[in-house]
Amino acid sequence: MNKLNKATSGAIPPRWAQNLLHWYCRTDLVEDLEGDLNEYFERNLKTHGTRWAKIIYCLDVVKFCRPYTIRKPDFFNLFIHYLMLNSYLKTTRRNLVRNKLFSVINIIGLAVSMSVGLLVIAFIHDLRSYDEFHADKENIYRIITHYTSADQPTVDLASTSVKVGQQIGKTTSAIKHLTILRSGFWGDAIVGSVTLPMGAMWADSSFFNVFTFPLLKGNPATALKDPYSLVLTPKMAEKLFGEADPMGKLVRFDTTYYKVTGITSPIPKLSHLQFDALVSFASIERNHPSKDAAFYSWGNIWQNYVYMVLNPDITPTYVQTTLDHLNVTENKQLINQKISVSLQPLKQIALGPMLQNSIGPHISPVVVWVLSGFALVVILSACFNYTNLSIARSLRRSREVGVRKLIGAMKSHVVGQFLIESTMISLLAFAFAFILFYFLQKQFLDLDPFISNLVSLEFSPKLLVYFLLFSVGMGIAAGLFPALFFSAINPVQVLKGASGWTLFRHVNLRKALILIQYTLSLIFITTTLVGYKQYQGFITLDLGFTTENILNIRMQGNKAALLEKELREIPEVKAISKSMMITSLGSAHGSSVKYKDTQDSSMTWLNMVDEQYLLLHDHHLIAGKNFTPKANTAQESEIIVNEQLLRRFNISPNNPAKAIGEWLVVENKKLAIVGVVKDFHYGTVMNTLAPVMFRYSADGQNGYLNVKITSTDLSATMAHIKNAWQKIDKVHPLEAEFYDDQIKKAYRQFSVMIRVIGFITFLSVCIASLGLLGMVVFTTETRLKEISIRKVLGASEAGLMYQMGKSFLFLLLLASLIALPVTYFFFDSVVLIHFAYHSPIGWMEMASGVVAVILLALGLISSQTFIAARINPAQVLKGE
Amino acid sequence: MKGTNLGEYEELVLLTVAALGTEAYSVAICDELEKYTERSAKLGVVHAVLNRLEEKGLLKSHLGEATATRGGKRKRYYEVTQAGKLALTKTRQVRETLWQLIKGFNLEGSI
Repeated sequence: MNKLNKATSGAIPPRWAQNLLHWYCRTDLVEDLEGDLNEYFERNLKTHGTRWAKIIYCLDVVKFCRPYTIRKPDFFNLFIHYLMLNSYLKTTRRNLVRNKLFSVINIIGLAVSMSVGLLVIAFIHDLRSYDEFHADKENIYRIITHYTSADQPTVDLASTSVKVGQQIGKTTSAIKHLTILRSGFWGDAIVGSVTLPMGAMWADSSFFNVFTFPLLKGNPATALKDPYSLVLTPKMAEKLFGEADPMGKLVRFDTTYYKVTGITSPIPKLSHLQFDALVSFASIERNHPSKDAAFYSWGNIWQNYVYMVLNPDITPTYVQTTLDHLNVTENKQLINQKISVSLQPLKQIALGPMLQNSIGPHISPVVVWVLSGFALVVILSACFNYTNLSIARSLRRSREVGVRKLIGAMKSHVVGQFLIESTMISLLAFAFAFILFYFLQKQFLDLDPFISNLVSLEFSPKLLVYFLLFSVGMGIAAGLFPALFFSAINPVQVLKGASGWTLFRHVNLRKALILIQYTLSLIFITTTLVGYKQYQGFITLDLGFTTENILNIRMQGNKAALLEKELREIPEVKAISKSMMITSLGSAHGSSVKYKDTQDSSMTWLNMVDEQYLLLHDHHLIAGKNFTPKANTAQESEIIVNEQLLRRFNISPNNPAKAIGEWLVVENKKLAIVGVVKDFHYGTVMNTLAPVMFRYSADGQNGYLNVKITSTDLSATMAHIKNAWQKIDKVHPLEAEFYDDQIKKAYRQFSVMIRVIGFITFLSVCIASLGLLGMVVFTTETRLKEISIRKVLGASEAGLMYQMGKSFLFLLLLASLIALPVTYFFFDSVVLIHFAYHSPIGWMEMASGVVAVILLALGLISSQTFIAARINPAQVLKGE
Repeated sequence: MKGTNLGEYEELVLLTVAALGTEAYSVAICDELEKYTERSAKLGVVHAVLNRLEEKGLLKSHLGEATATRGGKRKRYYEVTQAGKLALTKTRQVRETLWQLIKGFNLEGSI
């Protein structure tokens, strides 16, 4: 018993429970109640021990929350706030003017971080407004497909089969309208002398029932009914027909004529469906009569899209059960594959899970979360500055609060005053942030074509409301802690004249906030630097072949031989080869390959090239020889493979020379291995080295010409090439890009990411530095007397600077001790595991960012402490 | 007058307050109740009853002096008002009258 007593003698009831009691309980009851609870608490300490006593105390506090104990809302208080508003505003203004440096730091910090917040709000607002214009937006669903097969990774597709659309439309009455779309219509539209390359979608006649795209001309019910009907957007119609009325006119694609039956109004930007034209689905059905089993099969899931409007009283789960049923019955006929379809609400199309074959702009929610996270960090950093500086300056303000309290202000009045003050400052910052937002918005849209396609970030009154709410919220967040701090001030203590007590209260909190700011800034800066280094590594990776000075020209259906002839006349063109695709950019073509064992087939990456390709790209042949030139019509007989393929099929992997002459079976053709190339990067750095084969094709009509150029005047050479192209194709513009640029483009997302993080880094370092500056100025000012006395007693200037700066220095070192391992860990086990090939994380780029930030901070600290240390002590001490 | 009738628990609390005289405050009342009724008296319940009795005008209360115990919080002492005394007497009279109507009551049969 005695022992228990000793252990529990110092125990007090949980603070939060006490606060809770004070918060809800009527003031005339609270003292007695709390006393009772305390008495029971002490009793329980003796009988049950500290733990139980605390638990019982908390339970009792909750139990006491009864109608008769609860405080009634105090309207009188609100009334006083209203009366005092003028006084609050006046004190706010005076304080802003009195401490100009602090005001500037606060307003700049809040404004800069707020502009990022505004940008994120506008971004999210745009994403959430996607497809808002459809009348049935709440009830529109799309059928999506989950595809698994034995020898390929599973894929989630936005597309599905025509069959499921037809079946589900028949089997359930829950669907109000259903439409089937098909992508992939592509051709040159010819009207008289105008030829225009055009892409379109096939859509069936109920397209306009499901979606709300009003027709400027034509009847929505019949526009897409007949075969070979064409609905154009106004932009397309103007390009094809100029001013003339296009309705009923014919447009020729290849040998087929399509009749214009409707003109839509312009497609809204925030629509996931974007098209230049719609072609009636009946046209494609004409080409694929119902006998065409493959077209209408359950497995033809790659190009068709099914959208439906459900009846308002139907839940999607109801339709899903029908779909599940369909999945089960249809999958019975498939071997080694499984296709399951499900519903996806319209709202999740633009901002939802990543799907293959998706049409229109799309962004994954993760990206939005990450962006919001960045913005939040910067915003918090600015709020920390506000909190820090407010509390640091508390000496003067606490007198004011003391007087207010003596005159009769209640706690809630003081809280209200400080919240109003911080909200005022935040609204002031909003004015600046709004200007910055306009600047940022342009920068953000220019960052990447993907972003400008996705969102417009246009300003709207609704957005202004969000912005204002946001800035008020930010003001409250920034001011909450100072408000609570000041409201807790004891007026007697403050006014007695004791100055020291508030000055150095909450020093640890202030230090913790600075520590957090700097840790985050350092994490950002090292992330940027390490990320940039990695990105550099990606684009300069030794791919196993050369990409230098190679211009890839997309043939767009033209005869490669014609262009080749023209290009050969340009002296700067050193060599030309043909290929079906460009490797190392992320796209892939594959084919199933067998060796002797007919059961063992393997998906193998593939490129179709001519005999010049390997030479031009400096692929390293380690055994055998190059392709023998052949006519286009000749039977294919040769194949060149890489080392990985030999390993996969175990065709003498250690001695490639022995593999020459072995036969492989590709698409039922027997091809002899004539050469073995050294392994190279067919995919991006995210893929490991895999079996690859080169097959021979001198055609190149649907592929690329690879042109090696040695030129001193690039623009002149490009002009020559353009001329050559125009000689063979007058319709399509030249599509030519240097290989190195294409590689950069393939890693574009990383460069965008690094630029975004870099910008956030810049902001967070700036804000943290501003905060630090404020704190240093404050500390040196308040310690001026101490410094002077030290100086009089013989302290050196360097010693004084060290004396004043050491606590900040310690914080910075601690911040880097936290930030460096965190960043290293983040890259080592979160980011870089997704990349099969990456350069190691260098200590150079880890350290340089930290050193730069610390030097900047040291500069700030020493500049201020230097001024303080140089001051003439006599001037300071004279006043005493 | 339904409002002035005493419930069973109210009556017990009121009696305890009267019995404790000048020392009647919530915790003491609870202890006393537990001692004599041999059932646990929850502070929350007792407090609510005290509050209700005060609203009915059967009790009045005042805050005592602060002491070092109870974390320096003052005790609220209760006192039975004239109306309270009347109510108690009335209840007792009703019981007495009823008791006198029972003839030959003893506990022998139930033991």
